[in-house]
Amino acid sequence: MTRLPQDAATGGEFTLAVGPVTYYWTRASLTEFYAEVADSAAQTVYLGETVCARRREMKAEDWFDLARDLRAAGKDVVLSAQVLVESESDLRVLRRLAENGEFQVEANDAAAVRLLAGRGPFVLGPHINIYSRDALREYAQLGPSRWVAPLELSIEAVAAINPSNDPLPGGTGGAPIETEIFAFGRMPLAFSARCFTARHYHLQKDDCAFRCIEHPDGLLLSSREGEPFLSMNGIQTQSAGTHCLIGEREALARAGIRRLRLSPQARNFAAIVRCFDEVFNRSEPAAGAAAMLAELCLPGGLVNGYAAGRPGKDWSPVALAGNGRVAP
Amino acid sequence: MTEQSPRKPELVCPAGSLRALKLAVDAGADTVYMGMKDATNARNFAGLNFDAAQAREGVEYAHRRGAKVLMALNTYGEARDPSPWYRAVDAAAAFGADALILADPAVMAYARDHHPELRLHLSVQASATNYEAIEFYRERYGIQRAVLPRVLTISQVAHLIKNSGVEIEVFGFGSLCVMVEGRCALSSYATGRSPNNAGVCSPAASVRWVEKGDVVEARLNEVLIDCFGANEARGYPTLCKGRFEVDGVTDYALEEPTSLNTLSMLPELINIGVAAIKIEGRQRSPAYVEQVTKVWRAAIDACALDPGRFFVQPTWTTALGRVAEGQQHTLGAYNRPWR
Repeated sequence: MTRLPQDAATGGEFTLAVGPVTYYWTRASLTEFYAEVADSAAQTVYLGETVCARRREMKAEDWFDLARDLRAAGKDVVLSAQVLVESESDLRVLRRLAENGEFQVEANDAAAVRLLAGRGPFVLGPHINIYSRDALREYAQLGPSRWVAPLELSIEAVAAINPSNDPLPGGTGGAPIETEIFAFGRMPLAFSARCFTARHYHLQKDDCAFRCIEHPDGLLLSSREGEPFLSMNGIQTQSAGTHCLIGEREALARAGIRRLRLSPQARNFAAIVRCFDEVFNRSEPAAGAAAMLAELCLPGGLVNGYAAGRPGKDWSPVALAGNGRVAP
Repeated sequence: MTEQSPRKPELVCPAGSLRALKLAVDAGADTVYMGMKDATNARNFAGLNFDAAQAREGVEYAHRRGAKVLMALNTYGEARDPSPWYRAVDAAAAFGADALILADPAVMAYARDHHPELRLHLSVQASATNYEAIEFYRERYGIQRAVLPRVLTISQVAHLIKNSGVEIEVFGFGSLCVMVEGRCALSSYATGRSPNNAGVCSPAASVRWVEKGDVVEARLNEVLIDCFGANEARGYPTLCKGRFEVDGVTDYALEEPTSLNTLSMLPELINIGVAAIKIEGRQRSPAYVEQVTKVWRAAIDACALDPGRFFVQPTWTTALGRVAEGQQHTLGAYNRPWR
């Protein structure tokens, strides 16, 4: 479809953000992936290894080079910090990131928040536990430009925490804190010190042979009756279901949420970004897009339970019917 | 840090009820921890915890016998109405709790501002796995102790203690979370309720046992977590401890249903300067709490007296084995056999 200019009459009002790649991809795959992202409708791109410090296809300098390229392509680039910070070497990496002075950083641990506080705008990532407005207010004092809501929060709760008509002041000069919500992808639900992928292959974590590189979308875990349930991605456990808010345009608009995080998957990602852009910014009906996303997503199907405060694994197409534009 | 000989760690025991509290104190707990009957704490189970009158009586009982009481308010205040968490802070102050165990910065700020005399501990649910994270909470809220998630190795714990300005409490015995506490939403993915949003994991209300011929299925909101043959011990379907299929192999894909026992590491824990050792299990029976407390009291005393000659006495192992429902014990992450 032809690209309309941003801010065309049809909308352009939702910002699409590409979350960090949570999997271990080869350098070549990453390069190819971000070349596509550079040409996509996404305006914000989060970069970096958030899961495992042992994954070193990309060195710190490689991420910075990529970040500069994407910025040159007009993207707002944020460097995402590792979630589980245990060792002194993890802390060294984090300090370097906090002091980079060139790009905003997404904090995913209290250590990162401490190191970023007062250094200018930063992003409060989805792994900082902010469950109430009072909690966000605590972090607001430190100067964040944006917060990404924890995955299990409902849209209603997110709206109550930082409503569009009364957002908390955060970043530069007390600019209002923007809200971003995880809107597409398998959800990073849990972190462990233990590597489940290595364990599956009967390997020690420190001698893991980097087997997770063989699973560019994680390793599916199903119940004993074959129901896809979770997905193992190194020390991270993800949902098997792909969280998808394609049908929640009105609810999100009402809640004042204007930023959508789309979490990368190895295949079909450009088409997924297009789907969201068409529905959220170009008035395409959601029902058709939902059917298409159900085809494009990973095994496990679409889920959206968290959006309504229900179990995350639930899928309710109600919102799709609710907008009066259901495809026949 | 000071170079004097390490001090005897405080023994911190679980009190899921007034009866458990009294038995723990009588069995030699230095400190007990408890929570109120609502979602403000991470063991929000039916039939468990304290109402106001019980809390008052429990604190009084412990204080008369020289034991301290910690109040766990370690879930996250709800977006719709975080006020129950603040009221619980007020209540704990009124009962005379010796410290609060907190995870939510909003609750910490409330306690700091309204009850500056109250001692604050950082809950394991705050997921602080490094000293910079702990420092964040110390600087801003004045926390004086941090409870570490059960994911660090003993050398990581030692490094953290060396670089940290607060007391460090570690888990010594009980159920084992394989995931970093406070960073796990598996339970809400399956059931809608999790430790962070409701103080529960794999809640009993979502569990269904289904008999099918010779096997019994354990389902959590309909997801098949495990099934047990006629002669198999049936474990509670905590979802990370179920048997699943990965790549055609059916096994405990995330975690074996083992539990943590660090008795054999006690000299090392004392040597690296651990300030307190926590026994997990507010959901366990008063008899369990009493037995485990007795063993750990004896062990800590023996170890402090003569760490060089410390060994795990067979009677301790037998006593703990009796209450641990035949579960295998491990040293958990502390020695990381899987590292």
